[in-house]
Amino acid sequence: MTKYSDMAFFGFRRENGRVGVRNHVIILPVDDISNAACEAVANNVKGTLSLPHAYGRLQFGEDLELHFRTMIGTGSNPNVAAVVVIGIEPGWTAHIANGIRETGKPVAEFAIEQKGDFETIRAASWAAKDFVQQTTEVQREKCDISELWISTKCGESDTTTGLGSCPTVGNMYDKLLPEGITGFFGETSEITGAEHICQKRAVSEDVGERWYRMWKAYQDEVIFAHQTDDLSDSQPTKGNIEGGLTTIEEKALGNLEKIGRTSRYIDILDPAEPPDSGAGLYFMDSSSAAAECVTLMAAGGAVVHTFPTGQGNVVGNPIVPVIKITANPRTMRTMSEHVDVDVSGILRREMTIDEAGDALIDMILRTSNGRATAAEALGHREFSMTKLYRSA
Amino acid sequence: MSNPTIDEIPHLLVHEKADNVGVVVVEGLCAGTDLLCCITHDNSTFRLTAKHDVPIGHKVALSDLKAGDTAIKYGEDIGQVIADVDQGEHVHTHNLKTKRW
Repeated sequence: MTKYSDMAFFGFRRENGRVGVRNHVIILPVDDISNAACEAVANNVKGTLSLPHAYGRLQFGEDLELHFRTMIGTGSNPNVAAVVVIGIEPGWTAHIANGIRETGKPVAEFAIEQKGDFETIRAASWAAKDFVQQTTEVQREKCDISELWISTKCGESDTTTGLGSCPTVGNMYDKLLPEGITGFFGETSEITGAEHICQKRAVSEDVGERWYRMWKAYQDEVIFAHQTDDLSDSQPTKGNIEGGLTTIEEKALGNLEKIGRTSRYIDILDPAEPPDSGAGLYFMDSSSAAAECVTLMAAGGAVVHTFPTGQGNVVGNPIVPVIKITANPRTMRTMSEHVDVDVSGILRREMTIDEAGDALIDMILRTSNGRATAAEALGHREFSMTKLYRSA
Repeated sequence: MSNPTIDEIPHLLVHEKADNVGVVVVEGLCAGTDLLCCITHDNSTFRLTAKHDVPIGHKVALSDLKAGDTAIKYGEDIGQVIADVDQGEHVHTHNLKTKRW
C-alpha cells in the first residue's frame, strides 16, 4: 500500500464498465460535408457538442481504417455518454454507429441523402434532446484511481519541459502505474535521438524490438521519403527553437522524461487503437502535433490528458480534459490562463520533482471529479484527424 | 562545491555532471553575470561567468567547445558543434546542429 493506493474520484461508470470523467453527448460527423448538420443539431440542443473535422470521403485502405477507428474510438470513449452520428450516406454512417454501439451506450444515426439537411437536423435534434435528458440524470459514483486511463503528450516544448514539466508527468506515472492505471505516451518522430533509451524502457526485449521497428519505419517511410530539407523548421518547431531547444535529440531526451524513472511500457498501439493487454503503460504510434496526438489517444480510450508545455501550447480536446503543466516562469507570467499546474518552482529549486508529481496527481483527481481545465474553460476543443495519405 | 540543498535561486541548471551545456532559467540574463549553476542530478553547485546576453531557456557552454565536438546534455549526445564556442557563450542553432536530419 502507498499513499496513492486508496485515492478515489467520482466518475461516470458506463455500460461496458469503463469510467469516464465527463458526460458529453456528442454529435459526430462521419465526413466533412456532414459538419453543417451536426453543428446545427448542437446549436438546437444545449448540452451537446458537435465534433466537426475535415475528412471521411474517398479514403481507403489503412487510412480509412484509421478514420473509422478514430470515429468509433471517439464515440466509445467513456467521457461520452451518448452519440448522434450523422453522415452523408447510410453505409459508413451505420459502420461507425454500430462500432460505438458495442460499448452499450445510446447511439442514434442519420444519413442526409434523400432527406436533406433540414429533415436530418429535425430528426437528429429530437434524438439529441432525448440523450441530453437521459444522460443528465446519470450520477457520478466513487471509483478507484486505478480506473483512470491517463495519456500524455507535450507541446511547444522548450528546455524547461525537460527540466520540470515532463519529469512531473514521469513522476506521476511512476507513482500511479503501480496502482493499476492505464497510461499512454507516443509522438513517434519526437523520440528521435532518444530511441536507444526508449527501446530499453519496454517491459521485454521483444516489445522493445517491435517498438524500434515501428519507430524506424516512420523514419524511413515518412521522414526520409518526404523530407525536402533538414526539418529545421518542423522538428524542432520554430516555437521550440525560440524556447532554446536546438536539435531533435535534445527535444527527444526531454520528451522521454514523461515516462519517469521506473515505468516500463507493456505494448505498442497503432494510432487510435484501444489497449487490450490490461493495465499499464502503452506507446501509441502517433503524430507529435498536439491536437492530432491528443485526438488519437482520446480515441484509444484515455479519459484525462496531461500536457507539459514550455512556451505555452494552448491545445484542448472536445471530450478529454487536457491538464497543462509548465515549469517556465515566463509562460506563467505571460499566459497563465492556459496553465493548470505551475511547477516553475522546480527551476528555482523551491519544489522537488516528487512534490510536483503529487501536485499533478491532485489536479488529475480534481479534474476527474469535474473541475474544468483551463482549456475547457477557454473553449479549446481541437479535434484533428490524422490522415495517412491522399484520398482516392 | 557540493551543496545538497540550495538557498539561492540558480541562474543556470545542468542535468548531469557529464554535460557540457546548461540551461538559463532566469529572464533577462546579461553578459558578465556571475552565474550560480546547479546540477539537478545531485543539487551540487558551481560558478560560471556568462559571456553573452542569453534568453531564458537557452543554453550556455560549460567549457570551451570546438567545431566537431559533441554537445552533451542529460548525459547524452544532443548534436554536433559546428562553430567554436567559448565557455560561458550562448549555444544554439548558430553553433550546434542535429546529427539526425
